[in-house]
Amino acid sequence: MTTLPEKTTRKLGLVIDLDTCVGCHACVVSCKGWNTENYGAALSDQNPYGADPSGTFLNRVHSYEVQPLATSTMPHPAAQLVHFPKSCLHCEDAPCVTVCPTGASYKRVEDGIVLVNETDCIGCGLCAWACPYGARELDAAEGVMKKCTLCVDRIYNENLPEVDREPACVRTCPAGARHFGDFADPESNVSKLTAERGGMDLMPEQGTKPVNQYLPPRPKDQLDQPKPVGEIDILAPFLAPVMDEPKGFLGWLDKALEKI
Amino acid sequence: MTHHQPKIDTSPKVSDEIRKTTCYMCACRCGINVHLKGGKVSYIEGNRDHPVNKGVLCAKGSAGIMQVNAPSRLRAPLKRVGPRGSGEYEEISWDEALEMATDWLAPIREKHPEKLAFFTGRDQSQSFTSLWAQSFGTPNYAAHGGFCSVNMAAAGIYTMGGAFWEFGQPDWDHTKLFMIFGVAEDHDSNPIKMGIGKIKARGAKVIGVNPIRSGYNAVADDWVGITPGTDGLFILSLVHVLIKSGKIDLDYLSRFTNAPVLLNGDETSPEFGLFLRDDDGKPLVIDRNTGKLAAFDTPGIRPDLSATHRAAGVTHRPVMHHMAERYLDPQYAPEAVAERCGITPEKIHRIAAEIARVAFDEAITLDHEWTDFRGEKHATMTGRPVSFHAMRGISAHSNGFQTCRALHVLQILLGTVEVPGGFRFKPPYPKPVSAHPKPHCKVTPGAPLDGPHLGYAQGPDDLCLAEDGSAARIDKAYTWENPMSAHGLMHMVISNAHAGDPYKIDTLFMYMANMSWNSSMNTGGVIKMLTDKDENGDYVIPRIIYSDAYSSEMVAYADLILPDTTYLERHDCISLLDRPICEADAAADAIRWPVIEPDRDVRGFQSVLCDLGARLGLPAFTNADGGQKYADYADYITSHERRPGIGPLAGFRGAAGDEAGRGAPNPDQLDRYIENGGFFVNHIPEGANYYKPWNTAYQDWAVGMGIYDAPQPYIFDLYVEPLRKFQLAAEGHGERQPPDHLRERIKATLDPLPIWYPPFEDDHVDTAEFPVHALTQRPMAMYHSWGSQNAWLRQIHGHNPLYLPTKLWEKNGFADGDWARVTSAHGEITVPVAHMAALNENTIWTWNAIGKRKGAWALSEDAPEATKGFLLNHLIHELLPPKGDGLRWSNSDPVTGQAAWFDLRVKVEKTDAPTESQPAMKPLKSPVPQGPDHLEWKVGK
Repeated sequence: MTTLPEKTTRKLGLVIDLDTCVGCHACVVSCKGWNTENYGAALSDQNPYGADPSGTFLNRVHSYEVQPLATSTMPHPAAQLVHFPKSCLHCEDAPCVTVCPTGASYKRVEDGIVLVNETDCIGCGLCAWACPYGARELDAAEGVMKKCTLCVDRIYNENLPEVDREPACVRTCPAGARHFGDFADPESNVSKLTAERGGMDLMPEQGTKPVNQYLPPRPKDQLDQPKPVGEIDILAPFLAPVMDEPKGFLGWLDKALEKI
Repeated sequence: MTHHQPKIDTSPKVSDEIRKTTCYMCACRCGINVHLKGGKVSYIEGNRDHPVNKGVLCAKGSAGIMQVNAPSRLRAPLKRVGPRGSGEYEEISWDEALEMATDWLAPIREKHPEKLAFFTGRDQSQSFTSLWAQSFGTPNYAAHGGFCSVNMAAAGIYTMGGAFWEFGQPDWDHTKLFMIFGVAEDHDSNPIKMGIGKIKARGAKVIGVNPIRSGYNAVADDWVGITPGTDGLFILSLVHVLIKSGKIDLDYLSRFTNAPVLLNGDETSPEFGLFLRDDDGKPLVIDRNTGKLAAFDTPGIRPDLSATHRAAGVTHRPVMHHMAERYLDPQYAPEAVAERCGITPEKIHRIAAEIARVAFDEAITLDHEWTDFRGEKHATMTGRPVSFHAMRGISAHSNGFQTCRALHVLQILLGTVEVPGGFRFKPPYPKPVSAHPKPHCKVTPGAPLDGPHLGYAQGPDDLCLAEDGSAARIDKAYTWENPMSAHGLMHMVISNAHAGDPYKIDTLFMYMANMSWNSSMNTGGVIKMLTDKDENGDYVIPRIIYSDAYSSEMVAYADLILPDTTYLERHDCISLLDRPICEADAAADAIRWPVIEPDRDVRGFQSVLCDLGARLGLPAFTNADGGQKYADYADYITSHERRPGIGPLAGFRGAAGDEAGRGAPNPDQLDRYIENGGFFVNHIPEGANYYKPWNTAYQDWAVGMGIYDAPQPYIFDLYVEPLRKFQLAAEGHGERQPPDHLRERIKATLDPLPIWYPPFEDDHVDTAEFPVHALTQRPMAMYHSWGSQNAWLRQIHGHNPLYLPTKLWEKNGFADGDWARVTSAHGEITVPVAHMAALNENTIWTWNAIGKRKGAWALSEDAPEATKGFLLNHLIHELLPPKGDGLRWSNSDPVTGQAAWFDLRVKVEKTDAPTESQPAMKPLKSPVPQGPDHLEWKVGK
């Protein structure tokens, strides 16, 4: 119902490193703080001190337990915990835009940011239904759809020092797990990180062509890999005893001290 | 619709003004930029220039805006009008409140200063509050270290002159292998997250050791899901493998540690096991060049790790011999410890091998010339790039001190302390035990105490005992039960005061410590003690004064409430005299200042103490003419001198404000801090910034900064002689003798070389009946009980189910939504459960302090924190269960007295869902109105 631009000049977005994200929620709250104060309506909170507090957030961190399958080299793999920050991925083929009946949802030509023009939003919620990632939230107080703006009011903001012209979530991330840049530029930090670390689309089968990329966790628990039968454990030489019990130790010690 | 793109303002005004101060949403003390619009806080972000957080900020820090508008903020001084615990109060004026406090405290000071117990919880102004208590004259002062991580701090100080967090940090720029043991995720949290991010970005490896794989352990490359309480055994097994394979740094050990120091080997001597010393009292080694005895610090010697000294028919052997003998014993072999630790022997071997490979094959060298304390010049600095960090997880056990010792000793054996890539001290550390004060407890009515309360006991002579041998302090710190209790035992104050053991007190004065809730073991019992009356109908603890900024559970149990400000409304100093914010390459300190004014009738607690101190005529707070010495805390911060030229803040001293460390007080000092972003940094010169305990350039820099008054080089204590002195007393030597029932325990546990023994609870409860370990963890997005009053943070952590591992989950047939009855030897709780696979198979856990009492923190009574939230504290007692010897042993470490929270053992049974978590306590009457039912937070309209 609302058309997307044929192409955008830049493709601004985030790289989120799942290998490094410790799940601290710093990005969640920094985002809430900046965006309740800035772009559009406040991010309201219902029942904030009551039984079922529920507010609007543009970015949330979910935690998933992963149980790797047993293999011949890892018969008893330990379960893992992956922290997964999620916000709008500013898709190239954004279904939330095309579904919008009023044109309130749109994708910017110059940088690809997907925004909601709150004056035109009727709060029908179709975009939230259309988004396969659950990245949009209808603000219960204002009745308009809220979503990540990629801090469009920070990244170009001439009232901020240049170093601060990045999304609030990126600026605050203590672990450095969030990176901001232009995916249209192959030399940008985000393009390079994506290439080096095998950055992935989230749910590519949905055909949304998300701009944001996720870096997968590196393989874990390599110390649990038992030594393959018939092969030498590469760490084994370091464990070779240099002596027998205490008496032998003193002999070794004397010899070793001579070499210092 | 065709594409329609409205014009938007991408450069809106950000704020009217930025004020830079220090966060206090937890204990990390990050720098923050507080944005203001129309005088109100509109946004909080990290300060990029700040040494601690370098611009980043955690969830708590960003949520500070919801803390300064929290409905739970206290509004005015309160006088109790109903019974204790009812929550019935009347607002009074500050004059009335301070007169009341003065009327209570002045007579105490005149006759029995010890009848005031002043304990300050999570205080960041301990050098100030301790001065107040010292000037009052009571021996009964401490902060919360005794129930937090004193084992880590004390083990570090006694071993090497510093521990982790505010004492030191991994060399994030050079380390190649980082191993992190149990850490509360809000301890030093931004620096650790930044460090992990930094080392992962360059492909360095992280090994996490924790029964629970959350937070840092979730991103660790390798996870060791250890069984609680066995960390020391695991570490000593690593030591066994490393020594056996010769992977220890002999050069480092011989130069910089007491490994070559000779121990008196004469079993008949009262000095058996103490250092051989020369006439000047210096420990002796054998010089490998000459084969002769020499003081350890003699220029030009090569201390011998191997040679022994034979005299008068007795062989005196160096510490290194004793260590080899102990740790090469097969009892520490991976195969012998694996099952108890819950780790396979292969994995212990592999971790040891990986540590050895990185330490010795990937050693790094920096081209920094330096000169050591023996005068020897070194052209380069060699680093073993393995680093460690640990806090409460290994600390809060009854074997925690020795476990923390073991970890420090492991680092030293690898030669990785104060070297590139290893662990680095932050000024004012390194600071050996000998440079710390000793404990003081001599009371003189109407006069100050004879010295600082807390310090490092170096032998039986330093214990705080009355003439009859009973405890001088209400918390029994520095007694034979826990001789080296360097942070006091805040968790024992209320039960000892209630029992009148060692004596009765009159007034309990507390600050920022939620003792009737999450900060006490045995919460229900503590509430009874606080409300218990004697045969005359008087409260057993006659008076309670409490200061807090918020409507915590503890407020309801005080007779007089002194409402504190929030952190944005106050002055503070994060001082080098206290728990500073230095970095390994720099000394640094910081301030808080009122970036907004309070809109309530509240006052900063420290300013109140300046006033109260003057009303009581305390010498440190009164001028010669009897007037008030410090108008408020800000005045104290700028004008107080601890020693001539040394004050609470190191920066911008002297009349011109251009002196660092030493200098006359500067009345404009706070303004200069504010101009500088709220902090001060002085960098350590290159070449002085590693090998600090032995590096003459560092020692000279530290003297210039006022950290020491003279260079104090020292060697690391693998073997801790003060521990041996307590053992000798237990063996019958010396005049001060322990009571007989403690002799065997002192001999067994105050071992001068690290040992491991099972947590005491294992010996007092039936481990077959209570087979499961139960822990709490602190999440990264909450700080103790504070987070729940925060509208944003409680949406992140508003629930705390009890997490069960797969084995227990399946064995009991649990399903989502189920509840469990959890029983310990002491108590029982009924709580909601959830399944977690990434968990040690014999461990259950929950988030700490999410559970709230109804009526507290301005939450509604049906808040999930109050209906489904819960505390494990109900299952833990400050005393161990009786074991039939007629004695009640305290549930704490026998060296330091640290509360052994994590020794807890329980059983878990499925049960019908109650209407709410049990035990459910009756609601408190809130002294503040409840919060609004909705928020649309936007300051600039």
